[in-house]
Amino acid sequence: MTAILQTQKLRVEYRSREMRQGIKVALLGLDLEVRAGEVFGFLGPNGAGKTTTMNVLLGFVPPTSGAASLFGIDVRQPIARQRIGYLPELTYYYKFLTAEELLRFYAKIFGLARGETDKRIAELLKLVELEHAAKRPIKSYSKGMQQRVGLAQALINNPDLLILDEPTSGLDPLGRMKVREIIQRLKHDGKTVFFSSHELGEVETVCDRVAIIHQGELKAIGGVHEITGKHASLEKAFLEIIGFNSSTAP
Amino acid sequence: MKNIFAVAGVVIKELYRRKDFYVLFIITVLICLVMASVNIFNDPKIARYLKEICLLLVWISSLVIAITTTARQIPAERENRTLLPLLAKPLTRPQLIFGKFFGCWFACGLALLCFYIFFGALAAAREHQWPLLDYFQAAVMHWFMLGIVVAMTLLGSLVFAAPSSNSTICFVIIGGILFVGRHLDQVATSMHEPLRAIVNALYFTIPHLEFYDLRDLIIHNWPLIEWKYIVLALLYATAYIFAFLLGACLVFRRKPVN
Repeated sequence: MTAILQTQKLRVEYRSREMRQGIKVALLGLDLEVRAGEVFGFLGPNGAGKTTTMNVLLGFVPPTSGAASLFGIDVRQPIARQRIGYLPELTYYYKFLTAEELLRFYAKIFGLARGETDKRIAELLKLVELEHAAKRPIKSYSKGMQQRVGLAQALINNPDLLILDEPTSGLDPLGRMKVREIIQRLKHDGKTVFFSSHELGEVETVCDRVAIIHQGELKAIGGVHEITGKHASLEKAFLEIIGFNSSTAP
Repeated sequence: MKNIFAVAGVVIKELYRRKDFYVLFIITVLICLVMASVNIFNDPKIARYLKEICLLLVWISSLVIAITTTARQIPAERENRTLLPLLAKPLTRPQLIFGKFFGCWFACGLALLCFYIFFGALAAAREHQWPLLDYFQAAVMHWFMLGIVVAMTLLGSLVFAAPSSNSTICFVIIGGILFVGRHLDQVATSMHEPLRAIVNALYFTIPHLEFYDLRDLIIHNWPLIEWKYIVLALLYATAYIFAFLLGACLVFRRKPVN
């Protein structure tokens, strides 16, 4: 299978105010490869460098050294983002727009034709179960509905690669189940999903492969069963990989 | 261009769905209608005072709309994190800047149109004449002046983190240019070097927003300004708009957006 997301010796450094303008290394030579058609879980504790990696992949943050590409195109080129969908963590979409208007706006940026846009919006609102609220301003939406509208905007261009930053964060069990279902449906449609999550049970259920990152370094990468290995669950394997010793925990 | 106009469309929607414009418009209308309903001292030229007050309110309201609308654009995108899904699409940063600029500028143009239509109706009711070309010249010049203000505020929104500090600084700078800008060269003559050179340099660097103030033209029913001077003023405004937008693009180019 071809790699559609790739990083090579990716290093990101930035000046940290907390450290009195000292240098903080967010990523330390990260090598990552995500193949077409797989659901890839990107795991790590808070501050491990997951969001930084996504920020580099989306061109938000320039890498200090190393390279990152999407579909073989350097991430600094806007065209690299033509075939991707992205759902950031905790976003408050334009509250004065309705879900339909928001999706229409994003469709325009992708250059979708009017007829195609109408069709796509109808499909997506049905997928995320927001048909009834399509004409309501987003400011009246609950958190779960906002997250679902976020998922719809990430899918507006029918992307081949979907990058999701903690897609189930802050959702109730029903909302999480819905997101899980959507990811599985995308996988069934042959799409590639790259997502970060702290919900390891969920990762175990939907992912083909996972990578565990800690303090900016890649600690493990492989199939879910491969990583879990002799451990009872992915959670136990994850804790051991990041060096957490349960016997010394308070 | 389609990306620029898509971003601009959202900005325009924001302006007419928020209350700011309506509040300012209603206040202007109410003050002007109250003023128009009384005839102090039975002065036959009272319509001039009425026009002056109405135009002053239109100028203040338009500056408030232009600065407050523009100052919150990029900071609100950052705060609500909508900048992330937006820039994760095939939209370049300069396209975002230009989209925000055109959105704010067109939104100001729409607001200005409402204000000038009301002003025209009010003035016509008292003077029984409708000097359309005078109003057109004044409104176009006013709109281009707002273009400079919008571009300057947009650049400020990338330099200053908080919209409130950016708005305050922009109000102070624009107020300073409008009230003091035209006198800087005279002030410089009474100074010694190197201060004189600095003040002179400032005089030639700042955008002279007072060029665009044609209120007296319509208050006193003066003859039209020659169109070649209007075109020159519009070109002068365009040059400043592009200079500020270029500055904004350069500042935003390498700025991390996370």
